[in-house]
Amino acid sequence: MSSQSFALLYPYLLGLSAVLFTLGVIGVLARRNALIIFMSVELMLNAANLAFVTFARQLNHLDGQVFVFFVIVVAAAEVAVGLALIVTIFRTKKSTNVDDISAMRG
Amino acid sequence: MATDIILFVILAAIAIVSAIAMIFTRNAIHSALFLVMVMVVLAIFFLGLGGPFIAMVQITVYAGAIMVLFLFVVMLLGAERVGARSGLRWQIPAALALGVILLVVAGLLLFGTQTPAAAVEPQTAASFDTIVPDACAEDVAMVQASGVVQGTPCLIGDSLFTTYLFPFEVVSILLLAAMVGAVVLTRRPREQAA
Repeated sequence: MSSQSFALLYPYLLGLSAVLFTLGVIGVLARRNALIIFMSVELMLNAANLAFVTFARQLNHLDGQVFVFFVIVVAAAEVAVGLALIVTIFRTKKSTNVDDISAMRG
Repeated sequence: MATDIILFVILAAIAIVSAIAMIFTRNAIHSALFLVMVMVVLAIFFLGLGGPFIAMVQITVYAGAIMVLFLFVVMLLGAERVGARSGLRWQIPAALALGVILLVVAGLLLFGTQTPAAAVEPQTAASFDTIVPDACAEDVAMVQASGVVQGTPCLIGDSLFTTYLFPFEVVSILLLAAMVGAVVLTRRPREQAA
């Protein structure tokens, strides 16, 4: 694939990024399963990464891609802690439904 | 040029359909696999946009490590079936309405306003003065020849260890904290373990 691929398609790539971000937001708002909500957050992070890489290509500057690297690292840390939380909550509540997790003390 | 557009439409359609399927499927494992599909499509976009290193990181870290962790937790908890309906009847319509509003606003910002001129100085081959002189000579020569900045491992690494050295070190501490946090959170209390 040549480096000139997707040239002049930048607005549409950003549009795709916006659509994927919106789908992530809808997933967070509509679903009540903690795991699916988490996956939707990952989808939003990915949409932001696509925008970063598109801007990096548009401005012909590498910094956008370096930021994507940092976003991926932070996402990895977030997933490790978040999934540990979900596992711990599941042990006490036997559920991954966020509606069941409304009490302050278990 | 035409092949670009055809490729873009096909890949974008796969990504959007997979994302919708991820949100609305009733099985958590299917959700995770659809999300892997979206990530692979985005990696192909990254490859096409001149980011081979980021594309490979996307595959190995996101589609590899993070999604395997997700699948592992879903199977560990036995929480594959997620059929339970929400207690709020208006929740899904409200979510869809808010999503449409967000999309309209984003579309107006994207296509309705004049894009300001780029305020960033584009990188040229001359702007890459690497720590080790001529460390990325081949990559810099390629950038010079094509006029397009390519995110090769050498150039990204050079940027990470010069301009972004401090954030890079902060992120390493963040990863350590996350690792310790995950271990502490999932540790069983002493009396239960005995």
